[in-house]
Amino acid sequence: MSEIKTFTVSIYTENNIGLLNRISAIFQRRKVNIESLNTSMSEIEGVSRFVIVINITEERIKKIIGQLEKQVEVIKAFYHTDEQTIFLETCLFKIKSDLLFEERQIQNIIKESNAQIVTVNKEFFVLEKAGRRSEIELLYRELSAFGIMQFVRSGRIAVTKDEMKISSMLAEFAE
Amino acid sequence: METQTIKLQATDSQDTERITGKEAIIRCLLAEGVDTLYGYPGGAIMPVYDELYKYQDKINHILTRHEQGATHAAQGYARVSGKVGVAIATSGPGATNLITGIADAQIDSTPMVCITGQVASNLLGSDAFQETDIIGISTPVTKWNFQVTKASEIPEVLAKAFYIARSGRPGPVLIDITKDAQFAELDFKYKKCTAIRSYKPVPKLNLSDVEAAAALINDAKKPFIVWGQGVILGKAEAEFKAVVEKSGIPAAWTILGVSAIPTEHPLNVGMVGMHGNYAPNMLTNECDVLIAIGMRFDDRVTGDLNTYAKQAKVIHFEIDPAEVNKNVNAELAVLGDSKESLAALLPLLDKKEHTDWHQRFKDLYQIEYDKIISEDIHPTKEGLTMGEVLEGINTVSKGDAVIVSDVGQHQMIACRYAKFNLSKSNITSGGLGTMGFALPAAIGAQMGAPNRPVVAIIGDGGYQMTIQELGTIFQTKVPVKIVVLNNEFLGMVRQWQQLFFDRRYASTEMVNPDFVAIAKGYFIDAQKVTKREDLAGAIETMLASEGPYFLEVRVEKEDNVFPMIPSGASVSDIRLE
Repeated sequence: MSEIKTFTVSIYTENNIGLLNRISAIFQRRKVNIESLNTSMSEIEGVSRFVIVINITEERIKKIIGQLEKQVEVIKAFYHTDEQTIFLETCLFKIKSDLLFEERQIQNIIKESNAQIVTVNKEFFVLEKAGRRSEIELLYRELSAFGIMQFVRSGRIAVTKDEMKISSMLAEFAE
Repeated sequence: METQTIKLQATDSQDTERITGKEAIIRCLLAEGVDTLYGYPGGAIMPVYDELYKYQDKINHILTRHEQGATHAAQGYARVSGKVGVAIATSGPGATNLITGIADAQIDSTPMVCITGQVASNLLGSDAFQETDIIGISTPVTKWNFQVTKASEIPEVLAKAFYIARSGRPGPVLIDITKDAQFAELDFKYKKCTAIRSYKPVPKLNLSDVEAAAALINDAKKPFIVWGQGVILGKAEAEFKAVVEKSGIPAAWTILGVSAIPTEHPLNVGMVGMHGNYAPNMLTNECDVLIAIGMRFDDRVTGDLNTYAKQAKVIHFEIDPAEVNKNVNAELAVLGDSKESLAALLPLLDKKEHTDWHQRFKDLYQIEYDKIISEDIHPTKEGLTMGEVLEGINTVSKGDAVIVSDVGQHQMIACRYAKFNLSKSNITSGGLGTMGFALPAAIGAQMGAPNRPVVAIIGDGGYQMTIQELGTIFQTKVPVKIVVLNNEFLGMVRQWQQLFFDRRYASTEMVNPDFVAIAKGYFIDAQKVTKREDLAGAIETMLASEGPYFLEVRVEKEDNVFPMIPSGASVSDIRLE
């Protein structure tokens, strides 16, 4: 309970302006850093899903989940360990096109890392890689030796191995 | 708003009436049973005020002298009546001035709806005159907030606001309405909100939890109840009294819980917490089962959590799941509305007396009485004490008054010594500790309980934080009785400086004005008492007066409030001197 671990927080919410502020304020007030945050539609129409990654003790995350669920527009919040989720991040590298032809090693790196070339033109090419943070970081280290024009990495997205019973909760309300 | 329910409302055009947004706001308030609101006009809310002018025979707007006063008045009204208090203000500074009262209502679970005007929607984000992001500012201190930019949103948003403010664990809601939405027309139809799909205000009571709680309570040798405001907010006073009386369990209160059962009830063993009574604090660390009802284990109640009731099994009756295991781990949580939970618990309880256990409370009370209480309420020294003023008020009011206290030494004394016969009678700023709360809150309390005497007990420091509300009292003739216990110090801070900062009295001495002259300047009857022989007569005169009355009592300058649990110490390390 008192050991700091990485937790993935999944929050199902109404899609309302201001809710991001309300949710981030719960972490900010407790001086908990958000390592990554992603919001998107969910499997249910009209319901949004936040995926937030934080490093914290289980004791504290439990209390934060309570505070999140207390918000009027939050339908349900969950927390999971890495073992309980399937998760990845995605990233984009913008690199000079010359390097693709001049440095043969780059082609090997791309092949071995399972990265995809999204586009190529005379000046630059864009490489996309989805995977674990460590894989992305490895690719970053390998490519940075040649020079990276731009790099960006997304927040974690995750699905859980277990079922999350949001649909049945909402069906219960409709009854 | 993009919720599905809004879309449904927008397409429903049956039985509607074409009116302006500003009129719709008033019609919504009337539909929610609002008869009184507190506020202050200004540019961005002027359309609504124009409509209030037309509806002044149906809705009473009280012009406070500062928007903070409007929120505290709305809180006082809500706390004494159990209804939703309403405050209204303009954009920018009008809105930001509401924040202290909103934060106070949030931490003390007070149902309140605040309506703010906002600059026209085409000006949002342009740094327009009196524009401020009040939604952003109020988010962490509201139960819910929403910005209305279209007149058509008004009925459903206000219906949601009132529903959210009063349901479950109550709290403040802020609705910000742009000026163009106030002027625009809509097809008006009001439907009260009764449910929101993402919001579960009351957890479903689990009867097996109640049975488990009853078993623990029936087996307990030294059970102890600590109750909070949840009993009052749940309107569970009768069920609570029945549970206490059948189980025979000594019951102590938090400062927001007091008055749920009468002070003189034989099973009421007093106040817990930093300046609470000796017995309930000491015996918190001796009980075998601690039954917490509608309270949240605030740090001012528990002291050091590592030494708080470690020997006891804790049963927590609570409506808000986020409070369970937040500060104190519960052996068993009974989630639900206190009225329902206690009603379910009652038939399962064994009838008991716990005579020997009660004797422990009586013995420790006697120690506290001899060391502290006697000298507080029947002093033998020359200087007047705050305790004897409260005792004097008890003598005349016989416990029927609503006591509104501010924050500081006088507040602790008021909570310790005021006698209450009726519920919802102790109105104070508990969680936030807002100095300046009492004077405006007393205005609202008097309007929420027009047939009861309302006495505001205030220190000379807090009084001067909202002293301008004397203007509201004068203008409305609201017959509040104001007692300023003047020790010419910020007394509680001075007490801490004396005890923990080697008497370095940094910025706590007050050089005060002539308070009686100020009250009289507002045409409020007033007098000052400096001698013991004048006190009883002055209190009688005050409570017999028809209109508002101001009484200043010069009390001993450097008296301390005891008992005291030093900050961070254990409840059982409570000091008697």
